[in-house]
Amino acid sequence: MSVTTQFDVAGGRIPSSAASPGVRLGAGSLVALSWLVPVLLLIVWEALARYGWIEPQLLPAPSKVALTAYKLTVSGTLLHDLSVSLLRAAVGFAIGGGIGFALGTLVGFSRLAEALIDRSVQMVRAIPFLAVLPLVIVWLGVGEGQKIFLVALGVAFPIYVNTTLGIRQVDPKLIELGRVQGLDNRELITRIILPGALPSILTGVRFSLATAWLALVVAETIGAQAGLGFLALDAREFLRTDVIVLTVVIYALIGVGADSLARLLERRLLTWHPNYGAGR
Amino acid sequence: MTVQPPASAFRTNAVVVSGLRRAYGERTVIDRLDLVIGQGEFVVLLGESGCGKTTLLRALAGLDPIQGGTVEVPGRPAVVFQEHRLLPWETLWRNVTLGLRAADARARAAAALAEVGLGDRLDDWPRNLSGGQAQRVALARALVQEPKLLLLDEPFAALDALTRLRMHGLVKDLVARHQPGVLLVTHDIDEALRLGDRVLVMRRGVIAAEHRLSSHNAAATARAELLRELGVALDGGLPSSH
Repeated sequence: MSVTTQFDVAGGRIPSSAASPGVRLGAGSLVALSWLVPVLLLIVWEALARYGWIEPQLLPAPSKVALTAYKLTVSGTLLHDLSVSLLRAAVGFAIGGGIGFALGTLVGFSRLAEALIDRSVQMVRAIPFLAVLPLVIVWLGVGEGQKIFLVALGVAFPIYVNTTLGIRQVDPKLIELGRVQGLDNRELITRIILPGALPSILTGVRFSLATAWLALVVAETIGAQAGLGFLALDAREFLRTDVIVLTVVIYALIGVGADSLARLLERRLLTWHPNYGAGR
Repeated sequence: MTVQPPASAFRTNAVVVSGLRRAYGERTVIDRLDLVIGQGEFVVLLGESGCGKTTLLRALAGLDPIQGGTVEVPGRPAVVFQEHRLLPWETLWRNVTLGLRAADARARAAAALAEVGLGDRLDDWPRNLSGGQAQRVALARALVQEPKLLLLDEPFAALDALTRLRMHGLVKDLVARHQPGVLLVTHDIDEALRLGDRVLVMRRGVIAAEHRLSSHNAAATARAELLRELGVALDGGLPSSH
């Protein structure tokens, strides 16, 4: 569209917000604008902290946080605590995910298993899993067991629910086809039912990654000797808000990382699916 | 289903049904039905909705239990449904060889897909296919098993008119080459006349009429009779034969 036409439209008789010149932005500029706002906020924060408008002990400048990140990385503390936290999350995820998947598969396939297991699981699921933390501390103390248990508990339910749902939602016509083609039970499960349930199971994985992370943050703020939560608690003792802000930022980054990981899994495993596949 | 030991009759018969009874609870849908389909014979089953055609096909496929009589099929029958029922998470060649136990599965899939004109799409996904192409893959999946009995449950009903005509030609060729006995369930009289060696009309659970189609003239006469038997009243009497 030429410039003249634009003016014709804008100045003419057709009222249209999109047509007014000066407001029209390409997709690229909109993306740039969406990044500009957080960057501006950071600059404002930095300026306010630099000129003493914010008490540095309440909220340190972003540059100070970055410097602290650098120092802690060089000294190796940060990496150590980070790996301890990630290991807890991974172990808890594996245990909780394994249990959730096993129970979900059982209940998905067998009405008897559903009758035996499902109601109890749903009852326990109704409890906000963080509410049992005091009880878990009584049972397991404040060691690694308590942290891994809490993560596993948070992870198990989303995986359980989505596995059961996924198996139940597999198109019965495809299962019938499998029988027509002479598949035995094992082939029916591996070639039709589990692949059919996979999108739902992966949704469960994505949910549970978020829960795992939340569980870890809470579990680590109680009696940890290492890990990101310990880093934050330790810093609180010495009013090191820069370290506290750093751990918060790292928690956020890992949350984003976990989500991308889940999305990568979806793209890889669901190439066939029109909603996830990486194109034709 | 009673599958009896291969009697001598099986050299020529793709299915022998005798005294078949199929009921849903109290309601009998098929009662004392007898049917023999020969090897290489193309039988079309016409009838109004709810007359029991699909019920009969499902009983022959072994998908539903029967309440009386016997169905004898040599080996496992293959079925093509109205929907293609391709597994969206498997490539075309894996779909075609679903349930096939053979070391050279991929080669067989390639041959079967080539027969339906999709020989260059082995590693493609079902979502990239048109309705007609998907149904052709379903046909390849049925024939790769070399069935003695091929059951077609309105497989062309969801296709557009031109694609349907092309599919008719393809199915006719494939059946001529592989020589399975075929039972095609359809609503479409012209489809029946084009494809069938024999056309059966089913009404209230029994086979009410039968036409053997040997010549063009027979088909034209049969068309008029079939319309009458299906209860289709045409204004101005029967259509002129052409």
